[in-house]
Amino acid sequence: MAVKDYIRERFLPHIWCPGCGHGTVMSGLIRAVEQLGINKNDMVMVSGIGCSARISGYLDFHTLHTIHGRALAFATGVKLSKPDLNCIVPMGDGDALAIGGNHFIHAARRNIDITAIVMNNRIYGMTGGQFSPLSGIGVNATTAPYLNIDNAFDVVKLAKAAGATFVARTTTYHAKQITDLIMQAITHKGFSVVEILSQCPTHFGRKNKEGSAVDMMKRYREITTPIGSKKKKENPDLIERGIFVQENNPEYCIEYDKIIKKAMKG
Amino acid sequence: MNKNTKFIQGNEACVEGALYAGLDFFAGYPITPSTEIAEHLAKRLPEKGGKFIQMEDEIASLCAIIGASLTGHKVMTATSGPGFSLMQEALSYAVMTEIPCVIVDVQRGGPSTGIPTHGSQGDVNQARWGTHGDHAIIALTASNHQDIFEVTVNAFNLAETYRTPVILLFDEITGHMREPLTIPEKGKLELVQRLRTSVKQGVDYHPYLPREDGRLPMSDFGDVHRYNVTGLVHDMWGFPSSEPKAAYELLRHLVDKIENRANKIAMFKEYHMEDAECVLISYGASARSSLHVVEDRRIRGERLGLIELQTLWPFPSDIIREKCADSKYVMVVEQNMGQILHEVKLSVDRPDRVFLANRIDGVFITPLDIMNILRLIQGKGV
Repeated sequence: MAVKDYIRERFLPHIWCPGCGHGTVMSGLIRAVEQLGINKNDMVMVSGIGCSARISGYLDFHTLHTIHGRALAFATGVKLSKPDLNCIVPMGDGDALAIGGNHFIHAARRNIDITAIVMNNRIYGMTGGQFSPLSGIGVNATTAPYLNIDNAFDVVKLAKAAGATFVARTTTYHAKQITDLIMQAITHKGFSVVEILSQCPTHFGRKNKEGSAVDMMKRYREITTPIGSKKKKENPDLIERGIFVQENNPEYCIEYDKIIKKAMKG
Repeated sequence: MNKNTKFIQGNEACVEGALYAGLDFFAGYPITPSTEIAEHLAKRLPEKGGKFIQMEDEIASLCAIIGASLTGHKVMTATSGPGFSLMQEALSYAVMTEIPCVIVDVQRGGPSTGIPTHGSQGDVNQARWGTHGDHAIIALTASNHQDIFEVTVNAFNLAETYRTPVILLFDEITGHMREPLTIPEKGKLELVQRLRTSVKQGVDYHPYLPREDGRLPMSDFGDVHRYNVTGLVHDMWGFPSSEPKAAYELLRHLVDKIENRANKIAMFKEYHMEDAECVLISYGASARSSLHVVEDRRIRGERLGLIELQTLWPFPSDIIREKCADSKYVMVVEQNMGQILHEVKLSVDRPDRVFLANRIDGVFITPLDIMNILRLIQGKGV
């Protein structure tokens, strides 16, 4: 199927600003689903609120655009009630880890077979540029006019500690890696997290003097490196890309089916 | 005792009613005094192939059952006041997206943590107006286990009929009280199944285009129709819209589908109303003491009657007005500071003749409490 067959043209034009990284993520996601050959009727996309959450409406899957931070809780109900469905949850950094932080760690703890994509632009874009729990110290934001003093979460470490069994990271500069990682995340049986650094030139870039969308993407090339690379040893400040966790642990829906068998025996 | 008769708590009667209605997915979070509902369903649901999940909080619990309803399941969650407060955001999402689900609130003393182990009826207005935005809601209650069972079955029926969340407002007193429940034979009570679309694959399905009767046939997630569900104002495809016409029509539909059918949705019981000079209006546990007073005074020749409300929202204003038209005075008996009293005053022709008998200290209102107020109204002194 062609990429356009996954898009609801009726929904276009999209709401994203020129240069936004989210379109690159959506494109990578479509290619992953296409390459895996998943039937669109078997795909459910659940999202919360924010720029990133609008992905769900543009795609021709069963789509559930919910409330801020709660997408993973809705998705848990969808998945557990019908485990044959593939469940993908695209989230922004505030959606996933501020208001949705509790649902994020508990979905990871259960190891329920859902793919969470954290589109990390380090800012609340839709509301106009407030700092998020992934902004980090020193960031300029409308709610941090004297620069941010809040520490940032490390999504990879948090997901790993909470029990996610597939954890990966890449950026919108590395578009092919987006497709590759999302394919592996969907195929993985258990809770998978893919963090994708995604530029917000309108709010983050402008306030923090990171230049145009192209400049921001080039910066992703410079500040990241494959996991365990020589460059990382030389420069520990570099952000690693790749798969950090890939483990086979009992998956929640499969474990629940065992409970049903046990209960039915009486 | 009949083999279908059990001596159980009100919370268990709710569980039995839900299972009878076809509940097959429950998500919840422990909270007194509703926890027994979750405990029993954790055991009972997998026995019939259904699913139970304990979520991280009440917010997630309501979100999870909305997700499971979309895949075609009959769903429920149960909580008490503080948890019900947390559910308000997802409640308005279920209203806006028209997702059938049942939310049980076994009321305890509030505000805040209040008195967790004592009864109250303080969440009546929260059920109506706790969430944001104009909307209509259905909330039901009951005073004894047989009625809890039937009202629970009806909650599922109404949720499916009107594609709406339905709230069951029970209270700690009936929830924890033990008395017999006789479970009706299968097929004895009517069960409403989900109305699914007959639109074939490849034909445009409009998930949010109401039929002439106001109903909207659904399609399960995973089935052949892929559509969008959103809490934003949306058009007939479920696509976000900020068109004034779309906003107006959606809001009118959400309110009218329930408010215009208030008389049909109204469930209530009448006791000695044929010639009642004094009408008591009560519901839930308070209705038990009210009935005691009415029957006691009838023996002494006083013309008292009781209307026991089972549908609290939409409030059956027309019915209350008609039933109270010939009464000398009306007394609302409830365990709060007058939440239904207010509605009754708005409904009747002579609001100055409507009085309140209540208790707000966590103690179950007794027939003597009601009698004392009654004597004051009658000018007899306490």
